[in-house]
Amino acid sequence: METKRCVFVGVGGQGNLLASNLLGQAALSMGIPVVVSEIHGMAQRGGVVESAVLLGGANSPIVSNGEADVLISFEPLETLRILNKCNKKTLVITNAQPLPPFTVAVGQGKYPPVDEILDKVTKKVGKVVSLNGNDLAEKAGNVLSLNMVMLGALIGTGATPVTEEVMKKIIAGSTKKAFLDSNLKAFDLGKDAAQKVMKG
Amino acid sequence: MHKLLEDAPGKEMLLLGNEAIARGALEAGVAFATCYPGTPSSEIPEQFFEISQETDLYFEYSTNEKVAMEVGAGAAVSGLKTMVTMKHVGLNVAADPLMTLAYTGVKGAMVVINADDPSLFSSQNEQDNRFYARLSGLAMFEPTNTQEMKDWTVAAFELSEETGLPVIVRTTTRLAHIRGGVKLGSLKPRVTKTQFKKNPFHYVCVPAVSRNLHKELLQKYDVLSEKSEKSPLNQVIGNGKWGIVANGVSFNYVMDAVMDLGIKDKVSILKLGFSWPLPKKLIANWLKSVDKALVVEELEPINENEFRAIAQENGISTPIKGKGVGGLSRLWEYDPRLVRGAVAAMFGLEHKAPAVVDVSDLPPLPGRPPTLCAGCPHRATFYAVKEVYGADSVNPTDIGCYTLGLLPPLSMGDFVICMGSSVSTSCGFSTATDQKVVAFIGDSTFFHSGITGLINAVHNNHKFTLVILDNGTTAMTGHQIHPGVDTTPMGLNLPQVIVEDVVRGCGVKDLHVVKPFNIKKTMESLKASLEYDGMSVVVSKEFCPLFAKGIGKARKAKPFTINQQKCKNHRDCISKLACPAMYLEGNAVRINKTLCIGCSVCAQVCPENAIVPVKD
Repeated sequence: METKRCVFVGVGGQGNLLASNLLGQAALSMGIPVVVSEIHGMAQRGGVVESAVLLGGANSPIVSNGEADVLISFEPLETLRILNKCNKKTLVITNAQPLPPFTVAVGQGKYPPVDEILDKVTKKVGKVVSLNGNDLAEKAGNVLSLNMVMLGALIGTGATPVTEEVMKKIIAGSTKKAFLDSNLKAFDLGKDAAQKVMKG
Repeated sequence: MHKLLEDAPGKEMLLLGNEAIARGALEAGVAFATCYPGTPSSEIPEQFFEISQETDLYFEYSTNEKVAMEVGAGAAVSGLKTMVTMKHVGLNVAADPLMTLAYTGVKGAMVVINADDPSLFSSQNEQDNRFYARLSGLAMFEPTNTQEMKDWTVAAFELSEETGLPVIVRTTTRLAHIRGGVKLGSLKPRVTKTQFKKNPFHYVCVPAVSRNLHKELLQKYDVLSEKSEKSPLNQVIGNGKWGIVANGVSFNYVMDAVMDLGIKDKVSILKLGFSWPLPKKLIANWLKSVDKALVVEELEPINENEFRAIAQENGISTPIKGKGVGGLSRLWEYDPRLVRGAVAAMFGLEHKAPAVVDVSDLPPLPGRPPTLCAGCPHRATFYAVKEVYGADSVNPTDIGCYTLGLLPPLSMGDFVICMGSSVSTSCGFSTATDQKVVAFIGDSTFFHSGITGLINAVHNNHKFTLVILDNGTTAMTGHQIHPGVDTTPMGLNLPQVIVEDVVRGCGVKDLHVVKPFNIKKTMESLKASLEYDGMSVVVSKEFCPLFAKGIGKARKAKPFTINQQKCKNHRDCISKLACPAMYLEGNAVRINKTLCIGCSVCAQVCPENAIVPVKD
């Protein structure tokens, strides 16, 4: 089985660890060898949160610089910060809606315009799927479902061997009833948005 | 039912490395578990804490690692199967009991989980605790994936039971926090009560007893060495002439490198899972079988040097290399590309890796460092201290969320080396200098190792102010309980030890208890402590907002907003507090309503009174 190295990045509170964990569970239930790695500790304190999912039989739990097949980023600035994980073939799936760090608020730095970010990334990697993830989450009925939007987008690109059906089953199995509909809707909105970009 | 209690042998679950260890302990029949939490070990005791609520497993958060080790020792010497967990620097604290517990041994079984932190993801140093196996004479296992973390924990209990010695299982951050498939085994029933059998001439370590015990330990060491020789945890993979030695997570990088470079038939990999005592005969024979050997190990060149010594003893001239090959360093954790490059360099292969995208033309990116949360009471306390004591005061700090106070604009943190050091180092700072000294310590850290320092300060007549940041929980590591926590909201009824009672009991005469969200009153107390000629303590009491939310005690205050007519853009709110709920929109300061918890500190700091509660 071909190894797929996926890197997830986001900001504490955006739920990217849950997304990578669910992808791992889906893979396991399909019999796809999988290892997930997470960096804990600062997740609740507004820092950058990174995780990796390696599908298809790699032993190593992490992805080195230049070796990501897919980057799933929940925040455009963090897409830029972690770009050194990518090579010229990497598929980048990124949320295009910023969550500015407090350093910007206190004048310690300038948030680059999102258009410029996307432009830079597009020139350097294989393909970019950018979507307004927060808007889609809100449309789904739950602003906290950004992680489902991003997971839907990943499955929508077809970049991993994990199927929509299994992924949804795993999401359903780990979501509280009150959020199930909005989570699945968010997943679909992310998936549709990604499929549109992939076809276009 | 807790997911780790599922009695379904053969079922495969996706488990966190630390969950796999907890499951292994349950499969081995662990009856007694203790810890002091610390990243990256904390998720192991979290499982035990939950499981102890629904079974007869005994679990406690002990006040520190030394205490955890000693509590565990009492149970294990009595005959129970015991697990003690900690992070690497925690084993420094617990080293004192461990070194002599190795002499007495245990009757039931004891497995010590030690989690190292290469790359210092959340620690004050990067020490390599493989040295502790050597120092204590105890066996060490180093699993390489989640399945082994479960299986080898079971094996560690078996070895401990068989040899009567504690066994150390060493993980690293990367292993503790991976998720992988784990095939479950069956659960052994727990034996939770036993009878202590007196044997003072074996257990009371006076010199005459310990002389004998040390001899016995060395005899047991020979037994362990024989076991290591035959252990399936030490494994030779392949019979090529290019030798590679690996332990822990690096083993995975080596396996992938061998596949990626297409040299499976050319290599022989020696995997060291039972890594102390080393299987010297196995190693000597293996060294003879290869033309040269590359040792891949994170941190210190321990195996590299051991292998050289074994080669010398056996007259083997096989070249042995490690640190320095292809960038293998004593610093930081390794990664697949680094190890692949080192393997290629060692054996003269071309390392074809995809080029990293060029990032030289990216604009400077604003940082996103971890920061104190919106509404964190530490921010309020730091602000008040800085206003009263000035930026020139010396601020020894300690280990917890509040260490983040070192970042500007609060800049409250001048020195920290280990848990509890704020108090004792202040004794030195305040005596060696004429500078004002005000130190910070959290509630959990105070109980962990601040109390002895405080007694020292009182008795030796030191003059400084200790601010105890009492947020009612062990916040940094994930809101574990400690002796000062009110456990009734969690449905527990553990006696609460009140911080200020302890402070009084230590002999402190000048004690102030403040609510940090009341800036004016907090500053008044701080001024009084500043003027006090002696040891002064200020206890700043306010819940960690994340913890409060978790136990249903979140503040019921309205969020604040900025009256843009009144705001004159002094920006004291931003430049003195840097609360992450504040942001700039154009030139105007705004407050993010969903992040603001209504602590009102910025409103008290604003010279124009322009920050007001949101109106309905």
